[in-house]
Amino acid sequence: MLQSHQLTFSYSPTKRFSFPDIRCNDREAVLILGNSGTGKTTFLHLLALLLRPESGSITIDQTDLTQLSPAKTASFRAAHVGIIYQRPHFVSSLSVMDNLLMANYLADKPQDKDRARELATHLGFADHLNKKTNQMSQGEQQRVSIARAVMNKPGVILADEPTSSLDDVNCARVVALLREQSEQIGASLIVVTHDQRLKDEFSNQVIL
Amino acid sequence: MNLLKISWANLKDKPLSSFLSGLLMTLGITIISLLLLLNKQLDEQFSRNVKGIDMVLGAKGSPLQLILSSIYQIDAPTGNIPLEEAERLTRNPMIKTAIPLSMGDSYQTFRIVGTDKKYVDHFEATVGQGTLFQKELEATIGARVAEVTGLKIGDTFSGSHGLDGEGEEHGQAQYKVVGVFNPSNTVIDQLILTPLSSVWAIHAHHDEHESESVEDLEEDHDHEHEHDHEHEAEEAREITSMLIKFRNPMGMMIARGINNNSKLQAALPSIEINRLFSLLGIGVDTLRGLAVAIMLIAGISVFVSLYNSLKERRYEMALMLSMGARRTQLFGMLLLEGLVLSLIGFVLGLILSRIGLLLFSMQAEQNFHYSLNDISILPEEWLVLGVAVLIGILAAALPALGVYRMNISRTLAEE
Repeated sequence: MLQSHQLTFSYSPTKRFSFPDIRCNDREAVLILGNSGTGKTTFLHLLALLLRPESGSITIDQTDLTQLSPAKTASFRAAHVGIIYQRPHFVSSLSVMDNLLMANYLADKPQDKDRARELATHLGFADHLNKKTNQMSQGEQQRVSIARAVMNKPGVILADEPTSSLDDVNCARVVALLREQSEQIGASLIVVTHDQRLKDEFSNQVIL
Repeated sequence: MNLLKISWANLKDKPLSSFLSGLLMTLGITIISLLLLLNKQLDEQFSRNVKGIDMVLGAKGSPLQLILSSIYQIDAPTGNIPLEEAERLTRNPMIKTAIPLSMGDSYQTFRIVGTDKKYVDHFEATVGQGTLFQKELEATIGARVAEVTGLKIGDTFSGSHGLDGEGEEHGQAQYKVVGVFNPSNTVIDQLILTPLSSVWAIHAHHDEHESESVEDLEEDHDHEHEHDHEHEAEEAREITSMLIKFRNPMGMMIARGINNNSKLQAALPSIEINRLFSLLGIGVDTLRGLAVAIMLIAGISVFVSLYNSLKERRYEMALMLSMGARRTQLFGMLLLEGLVLSLIGFVLGLILSRIGLLLFSMQAEQNFHYSLNDISILPEEWLVLGVAVLIGILAAALPALGVYRMNISRTLAEE
């Protein structure tokens, strides 16, 4: 469960953002739509506490993130939040398998190869586990980053423009997989996008 | 999955720049190690053999040559001196012992040295099998000689003129092996020792033979020549040099007297060897400086390649931070990349320097019969390891500090 309350943030006195309150229960999904420059990524970074809000609060699974120390924030994020970025990024020197296991490792959790294989089979890249990530197509890479986001079974999945660089077929597939995976692990799914193709997929929408 | 594995993967991902950095490190360490090894072993060999010899008496010429030929058996002798005069000069209360040496012949490039028991005692060499030479044409051979030539007790051989093994053989007089020395790690290991009288005898035969062969051509001078020769062999016995030990350091004074007032030369090994080492030292210092420079360049190469790859890997770093990595963890991971290169360079450098030493030793054994094959790790090499590790870590630390300044959100959003 994720809930935000009166979040504001400013990069400079003239560039201030205040964001609508959102609430997303477990197994639910919220789509946040907005054009470029409306602070979509900023909002997502605030929700993930990659940025500290100027005021307001964010609660994930009954923990108020704004009350945590920076070190606690990092470990809380590692364990409870899975993030998918606009362009899939990986540690390019490592194999797909190692990139998945890295989510476990950095969150100080046991490295679960079976879960990685299971996810890979389910998301359709089981044949690529020993490849480097840059040998895969964009659609495949985005599916790997979904798998990486759910490796630790987080309570919240945040996706920043997950489909903007994908064609229609891959776009539909990625959205379906995102929803399916977050429901399976009982997470709240929040997707931030300007991609109008996603409008019809989500009933719960917030316009920035 | 752990930090070391990620570091290793990163190094493998950039094989060329890792190879360059590793190669430079290896090269620097190889040169330094090789210098250390050579320096130590030459120093040991030189000081072990010079121990207890305060002065060398020989024919006029280069004092260094006299020392090298008489003590180390690695240069040509300066010439012969009359035994009588040498004995007269060394009949001095300041002189404790005087060991006569006579050389000029060899067997399969091993030098045949005419001397007496004092020479053997001086090096504290012991006879392993058989006995020490006693009579004319008896020979006791060094351990290396026995090993290489396969000579055994009871075998006979004839020496050849000169020291390079290519001289004409003294066919008439055969040496008889009566004993083999235990290995002593001194110059004795590669010598064939025989009484002084053998050398005189051999050369007497030799000269006779020579004069006979020219007899026909020089009939007029025949008689005269024969006479000369006999005179020479019986009365003016010659040796090559004398190794001298003083009773006290004041003996040094004798050297000047001999050099000024006689036809002989007295050379002081301590001075000549210092001179030799200071000549060599210039080269050694230059090489060492070069090796340190190469190691520093290795450090710069690590720095540049890490700096460049970190620019490319900024997003990766931010990603790992957003996934829960601590900044110290990432910093450590980058340090490991420098450290791993240093360690690889160190290990390969040690191996290569040993190979280099063995090659050098083979060469030295062939030319000088000196073996330098102690390949154990020297204490100084741990210092080299320390320096290499320091260079690797420093070179990695400078760019890696950027991890602490990184703004995660901005880096992730920049893309």
